[in-house]
Amino acid sequence: MKINNSAIIIVLYILFLMLPIYWLLIMSLKTNQEILSTFNLWPENLTFNNYKVIFTDPSWYGGYINSIIYVVMNTIISLSVAIPAAYAFSRYTFLGDKHLFFWLLTNRMAPPAVFALPFFQLYSSVGLFDTHIAVALAHTLFNVPLAVWILEGFMRGVPREIDETAYLDGYSFFAFFKKIFLPLIAPGIGVAAFFCFMFSWVELLLSRTLTSVDAKSIAATMTRTASASGLDWGVLAAAGMLTIIPGALVIYFVRNYIAKGFAMGRV
Amino acid sequence: MSLELKNISLAVEGHLHIYQSNLKLEKATMNVLLGPTLSGKTTLMRIMAGLEKPSSGQIIWNGKDITNCRLQDRDVAMVYQQFINYPTLSVYENIASPLRVMNKNKHEIEIAVKKAAEILKISPYLDRKPIELSGGQQQRCALARALVKGAGLVLLDEPLANLDYKLREELREEIPKIFERSGAIFVYATTEPEEALLLGGNTAALFEGRIRQFGKTSQVYRNPKDIITADVFSNPPMNFLKFRKKYKKLTFEDGISHTETDHLSNLSDGDYIAGFRANHLDLTRKRAAQIKFSVRVNHTEITGSETFIHMNYTGEKWIGLVKGVHNLDQAANIPVYLDLAHIYIFAEEGNLELSAFYATKVK
Repeated sequence: MKINNSAIIIVLYILFLMLPIYWLLIMSLKTNQEILSTFNLWPENLTFNNYKVIFTDPSWYGGYINSIIYVVMNTIISLSVAIPAAYAFSRYTFLGDKHLFFWLLTNRMAPPAVFALPFFQLYSSVGLFDTHIAVALAHTLFNVPLAVWILEGFMRGVPREIDETAYLDGYSFFAFFKKIFLPLIAPGIGVAAFFCFMFSWVELLLSRTLTSVDAKSIAATMTRTASASGLDWGVLAAAGMLTIIPGALVIYFVRNYIAKGFAMGRV
Repeated sequence: MSLELKNISLAVEGHLHIYQSNLKLEKATMNVLLGPTLSGKTTLMRIMAGLEKPSSGQIIWNGKDITNCRLQDRDVAMVYQQFINYPTLSVYENIASPLRVMNKNKHEIEIAVKKAAEILKISPYLDRKPIELSGGQQQRCALARALVKGAGLVLLDEPLANLDYKLREELREEIPKIFERSGAIFVYATTEPEEALLLGGNTAALFEGRIRQFGKTSQVYRNPKDIITADVFSNPPMNFLKFRKKYKKLTFEDGISHTETDHLSNLSDGDYIAGFRANHLDLTRKRAAQIKFSVRVNHTEITGSETFIHMNYTGEKWIGLVKGVHNLDQAANIPVYLDLAHIYIFAEEGNLELSAFYATKVK
């Protein structure tokens, strides 16, 4: 087989990208002692103890459960708000529609840290502190604009004549929306859901600020392992590996849609 | 069944898109909306469908005012220039969709869909998605959906404009036959005079948001009411030249006078504009009565068996359509011949004074 240059470059690039993940993987399979003492490319004493810790200690696996709960909540809330909004932006003109659209996007320009304090104060005073919904709602501030923006692009790609044909065929608005329109923009919904999921899953600061025990996220749990007993490197690495998995799964499922989204000029 | 537009007008942001118009369409007729792009054909059609609300006036359907009626309750089917189908549904479901909304039973739907697919020759493709069909088949699918609905008003907005020549001819022939039996009112928008003539029926000539003339297609073609209608209904555009009539003499712009022919004798003396269609111009004298003009050739377009000659006559741009292949030199000065029986005479402000003599002879 002839080896061409571009293949070599791609292989090198992928190696480069995979290196940190590989490092994380072997760390998660080593003992703390080995991590801190020697430098080797694969574990000498292969151990699954770190993973065992995570799956047996509620403060660890609870973090995953909490994260998944508020991420799913957030994705559902964001989409159910963004779909009607995006439809309105794509189909109607109204006073200030362009400004409103731009304003939505500007919400994303501020770093989450800006909102940490007001959210903390606000949620504490209304008794939402340390609940899943608190984090889910806080994340909608960033996810709804993004979802509206992505969905609007997809919806704009659907000719208005399809709406009209459906009405003339006799469909009511809701029947049309459910039977014709939503299936048509399913890829867009997939892409929007993916971005909501990803943001919410990796976001650390707000989730850490707004939770303490009951709704503590995995990201927050991971940053708090630097405890009195020092850093538990192995368990932390194992937690990191497990945190990558949901994201990778979601990407795998929406990969085709995302390519489509890129092709349509949004995302 | 009848559809009546009463004093309909449409203004968008202060600009009139449709000037006050009246139109009455009868049961089982083919009605062509003919006009160049931006003449308001689509807008008028959208008003008829109810997709656009008129700024003033009423839409009367079977004697009932339906101006404010919901889209879903109207007895309308529409086919667009772009091939509009539901991309996620199969061709079968696409055609079945209006029937599904009507809650027809499965068996009925199957019979109706199969029949419509048969008529439109898309039976083999019922399981496919619209995107997997060719453009012509996609439009057939859209037509089939309009057909199964059995609507009383069928609106076809340039349905063939995006198809290639062969498919267009094929479908153009089929469309009137397909819908003939339904007894519906047809409205067909097109930019092409030939299409209007081939479809027959009635024609409304539109220009810049006004209905200039409405009547039997052949009537409108032969007796256009004014210069604009004549121009809209001529392809290539009508040729014009100014002349003055005085003491039975017609003096044209080149200063040459000709004695009037009989049918012009009732025309009072004065300044007029004469118009004639491209195909009435000849390169050689065919009849003694033809009069001669000297023109300068701008360029020629040869379309196989015919030649379009673009020429200049004392500043006026003319186009002649002659049989055969003629390679004329650019900038050559040539004589062309025209029979006075083929000229329409318009007053200077544009209204028709006298139809062409030949047109009054044809039924």
